[in-house]
Amino acid sequence: MNTTIGTMPEYLTRYFENNNLIGPASLKQIRKDALARFEVLGIPTTKHEEWKYTNLAPLTRSEFHPALYHTLSKDVVVNDLIAGKEVILLVFENGRLNKELSSFDNLPKGITVGELGDNFDHPAVVKNLAKHASFENEAMVALNTAHIFDGAFIHVAENVHCEKPIHLLYISGGEENTLAFPRNLMVAEKNSSAKVIESFHSRGNESSFINIVTEVVLEENANVEWSKIQLENSNTFHISHTECTQAANSNFDIHTITFGGKIVRNNLHIVLDGKNITSNLNGLYVSNGDSLVDNHTLVDHAMPNCLSNELYKGVLDGKSKGVFNGKIFVRKDAQKTNAYQSNKNILMSDEASMNAKPQLEIFADDVKCSHGATTGQLDKEALFYLRSRGIGEEAARAFLTIAFADDVLNRISNETLRDELKNRINERLNKSN
Amino acid sequence: MLKIKNLSARVEEKEILRGLNLEVGKGEVHAIMGPNGSGKSTLASVLSGRDTFEVTDGSVTYNGEDLLDLSPEERARKGIFLAFQYPVEIPGVTNANFLKTALNEIRKSKGLAPLDAKDFLILMREKMKLVEMDKSMTQRSVNEGFSGGEKKRNEVFQMAMLEPTLSILDETDSGLDIDALRIVANGVNALRSPERSFVVITHYQRLLDYIVPDFVHVLYKGRIVKSGTKELAFELEEKGYDWIKEEVDAAKV
Ligand SMILES: Nc1ncnc2c1ncn2[C@@H]1O[C@H](COP(=O)(O)OP(=O)(O)OP(=O)(O)O)[C@@H](O)[C@H]1O
Ligand SMILES: [Mg+2]
Repeated sequence: MNTTIGTMPEYLTRYFENNNLIGPASLKQIRKDALARFEVLGIPTTKHEEWKYTNLAPLTRSEFHPALYHTLSKDVVVNDLIAGKEVILLVFENGRLNKELSSFDNLPKGITVGELGDNFDHPAVVKNLAKHASFENEAMVALNTAHIFDGAFIHVAENVHCEKPIHLLYISGGEENTLAFPRNLMVAEKNSSAKVIESFHSRGNESSFINIVTEVVLEENANVEWSKIQLENSNTFHISHTECTQAANSNFDIHTITFGGKIVRNNLHIVLDGKNITSNLNGLYVSNGDSLVDNHTLVDHAMPNCLSNELYKGVLDGKSKGVFNGKIFVRKDAQKTNAYQSNKNILMSDEASMNAKPQLEIFADDVKCSHGATTGQLDKEALFYLRSRGIGEEAARAFLTIAFADDVLNRISNETLRDELKNRINERLNKSN
Repeated sequence: MLKIKNLSARVEEKEILRGLNLEVGKGEVHAIMGPNGSGKSTLASVLSGRDTFEVTDGSVTYNGEDLLDLSPEERARKGIFLAFQYPVEIPGVTNANFLKTALNEIRKSKGLAPLDAKDFLILMREKMKLVEMDKSMTQRSVNEGFSGGEKKRNEVFQMAMLEPTLSILDETDSGLDIDALRIVANGVNALRSPERSFVVITHYQRLLDYIVPDFVHVLYKGRIVKSGTKELAFELEEKGYDWIKEEVDAAKV
């Protein structure tokens, strides 16, 4: 494998020892192993095949540090309650749980939502934490794993349906160059269901670096909808890895929506490890300025009779860059697999660019797979049609762009969240006009 | 109302319109017929402002104003409407939302307040009835998955909603069954008034039984080569275009 070692800024591991004082011995060992692995792998450079278009060099040029104090007030957070107020809420300020602003008390029986660090002895944590997201070949997962402490733990017991959405709200800023390593673990037991919203915000224009890893485990017949919403400022480095393991008959919907950030890298790995699984992967990125949004997805069909459906759409303006790399593995035993993938992009300016790479590796013979990637401008015929009815050029462009994006947003089941995102995209597209 | 003088237009290096003359007065209905590829849709496109065509010569004035200087949306706001030969599908934009935006943009340009949701709905119901369109169509994406005939009917529905002063219908009758043909014609006739004019492009005399034209023109090789009254349409139906082509091609030599 490729072990291109990049430069390794000292600040990244400066806090390791301190962090590793807490937790059971087994976890301390995991952190140590992860650190050792990270020191071998180093920060990926663009020589690394999987990081070809995503240059992390800016991370090595300035220093980031964990923020020490909570300074956030309730009225700031209110604006970021994008899924409404009727939620189980964990607010993470610069990666660290702010209990005062959160509300996760008096949860119904069978539902645990809280700080990961408070739950290290929970059997589901012992069983699953760091057992799914492998750091062997993933430097940024290794870096995060070396710092496991902050983050959310969600557990939904067998046959329990969590009615209220669970909102993990991450907000950074208040000072410059903050650093956070959030680690989330969700376990949905047999026949359970839940909806999780993970949203990311900035207070002002402060620069920040977030290196986050989330493990989601769906046991048999569990049903989880996960919305990852990135709304940070244009000085944010967001490197994330989401690893989902699904058991038989489970259903996982994930929406990855990116409206902000300077460099955003989202790894999404889904392992379909049972029969009759459904996975829906939806993505929408709307970028401008000189930002970069890189989505790397991997759908691993290990067992027969499963369905995965992937739709990623991008609207790129200014000098922004988009990357989509979608891998689908269909292993030998995964007969009767249906796997679909589609990536569609609109370039709104001459200087915006997109790199799309679908990769299908199919080892079973009785499967239905399709993939397609398109990048282009808005449909000229459609633009003319709208204008010929009296709609101005800019409004017509916004009309078509919003329709393009709504195709993804309409798949989000939470109406409050969906409408909020539609409003934001409306505002943004009409403002640039 | 509309004065086209010596209009020439091309796409890339290909000359399509070659010195076309046509005048359409207030309240008049003009039918344009002509063989495939003669330039009928090109004329309609140039009039509505499609930028794929480059006007190389001539002029078009609309109510005394130079039309060719205006953007497509400005033309629409001044009352020009093109019913497309091939209406475009626009996924994700509902018919109702699209029409409401269009209508209110046109109203705004005239200094009128936007129609509120209720008045818009009332207007829409009235016009839907006129073209016997199903309610469900308005909530569907513009033309998406519409049958050929439904698309044409949707064009007439839009025309009825926007009440243009100059409507250009490009083969709106093609692909319609007999009932739909009558319905579409009703839509046009309901709009007819001394203030409104129509340019109806068609291949079939049959449509002109329903929408009776004041003038019939033959467009051939980018020019109007023959004009007459509705009798000309019967003659064409009977004899085809060869005699006209021969006349024109002979005159050239
Ligand atoms: N965008 C284009 N690029 C190249 N050629 C074009 C383009 N648009 C039209 N033409 C050509 O111009 C000529 C006139 O086309 P037009 O569509 O105006 O014909 P028409 O009279 O409407 O024909 P029909 O009766 O078949 O609809 C045709 O030869 C056509 O191929
Ligand atoms: Mg035509």
